[in-house]
Amino acid sequence: MIKLENVYKAFSGQQVLDGLSFDVAEGESLVIMGPSGAGKSVILKHIIGLLQADGGLVDVMGHNMSTINSNQLQVLRRDMGYLFQHSALINWLSVYDNIALPLRETTDLSASEINARVMEALELVYMQDAQQKFPSEISGGMQKRVGLARALCTRPKLLLYDEPEAGLDPEMSGEISRMIRRLKEELGVTSVTVTHSVNCALTIGDTLAVFEHGKLLLSGPPPEVLNSDHQRVREFLGAPID
Amino acid sequence: MNFVERAGAKYLTPMFMASGFGMSVAIGVLKRLTHVPRRWRSTLDQMHLSGIRSLHVVLFVIFFIGMILALQLGYELSRYGQQEAVGFAVAISMVREMAPVMTAVVLAASVASAMAAELGTMKVQEEITALEVMSVDVISYLIVPRVVALTLVAPMLTLLANIVGIVGGGIIAETQLNLDYDGYLTNALNALSEPGFLGLPKSIYAGILKATIFGFSVAVVGCSCGLQATRGASGVGNSTRAAVRNSIILIIVLNFFLGKLIYT
Repeated sequence: MIKLENVYKAFSGQQVLDGLSFDVAEGESLVIMGPSGAGKSVILKHIIGLLQADGGLVDVMGHNMSTINSNQLQVLRRDMGYLFQHSALINWLSVYDNIALPLRETTDLSASEINARVMEALELVYMQDAQQKFPSEISGGMQKRVGLARALCTRPKLLLYDEPEAGLDPEMSGEISRMIRRLKEELGVTSVTVTHSVNCALTIGDTLAVFEHGKLLLSGPPPEVLNSDHQRVREFLGAPID
Repeated sequence: MNFVERAGAKYLTPMFMASGFGMSVAIGVLKRLTHVPRRWRSTLDQMHLSGIRSLHVVLFVIFFIGMILALQLGYELSRYGQQEAVGFAVAISMVREMAPVMTAVVLAASVASAMAAELGTMKVQEEITALEVMSVDVISYLIVPRVVALTLVAPMLTLLANIVGIVGGGIIAETQLNLDYDGYLTNALNALSEPGFLGLPKSIYAGILKATIFGFSVAVVGCSCGLQATRGASGVGNSTRAAVRNSIILIIVLNFFLGKLIYT
């Protein structure tokens, strides 16, 4: 589904991705962890086509993201969903209209079909009662769930989560993680998640990859990575959690 | 790097990049004019925001401009016994220059700044990135309604500004220059009767044409500054300042070239 091979990226002379390589298989849930500035969000931006690699290959669903043209990219992005760190909901649109927006703008679905899709997405994230509210009228956790519903309503094959637990209390963070896990099991969507939370990684991930200085330190099933002998990984993740 | 290279990197490169981005936004909008029927609701909302909410400021400013013109021209003309010509002078300068330019300046200060602030905030909060990621055409969804609205509103406001400005001048002509108001008005209307394209009064349609181009330019500058905002609240502040400054500079420069093109 996703293949990164020897990817390099620098900003103002600072190397952020330094020969990075990894694969994500169809249906797999990859969780990326690493210290701040390790290039985690940059990886997501390469996968969604917001950034282009200076060197190497970024292949997403059979498309080389370095050579893809803007029309192909628009079509490809319809198969992807992206949950932003701060939800990035459009302020002047209601919850319902925020979710309906990509369907209205990028599909030929009728109003009743759009309504059905929006209601289905709202149901998946338990937000049916808040559909007429505006983003400023709901909590951060609810905004995250609306962002998730917006990412899901186009029925994407690939979901990218940028710090889904950011800015949430531990209880809400756990709820969002469990929701993402449930959606993965129900919908079988491939996902890549960037997080700082070990609990989130354990709940969501089939594979946990730890990065530092734009390089992959270690990857594998989350319990294995957490219990590994890799010194830097142990320092970063702290004591293993049972 | 020597001084010239440093100055170029600091001032010229960003200026040319911003101009190029503005041009690409303008071209993007022109290419998507066929999307307007699909965006009629948001275009009407934007017309209300930019037109109705700026109306009182435009009319207040232009009323005083009319009075100032009449006062200054009247005193000077009276020195040569030509104060009757004040209606002629106020009407011509109001319709050709002051109404379109001052309307555009007010729109730059109130509407372009608001557009830059709104879009800049969306940019730094990743809302615009979210639209891109969802494959939503940002120019069509956000920019076309704003630019079309201001392009339509600017000439409408200018038409009203013409009337209010001339009336303001008339009040001064009667109260301060001891001129007959009807005579002032007849004089003003005579000044504007020179036929031009399709037999329409040349000064009026030239002013309206200018206002339309100013409206388009001010909206494009406001939107493109907003879309280029970076680095949080201070970035939004910078983009708002740049929107007002660049709009006003563009209005003045365009005004010269349009005046030259139309009247020579």
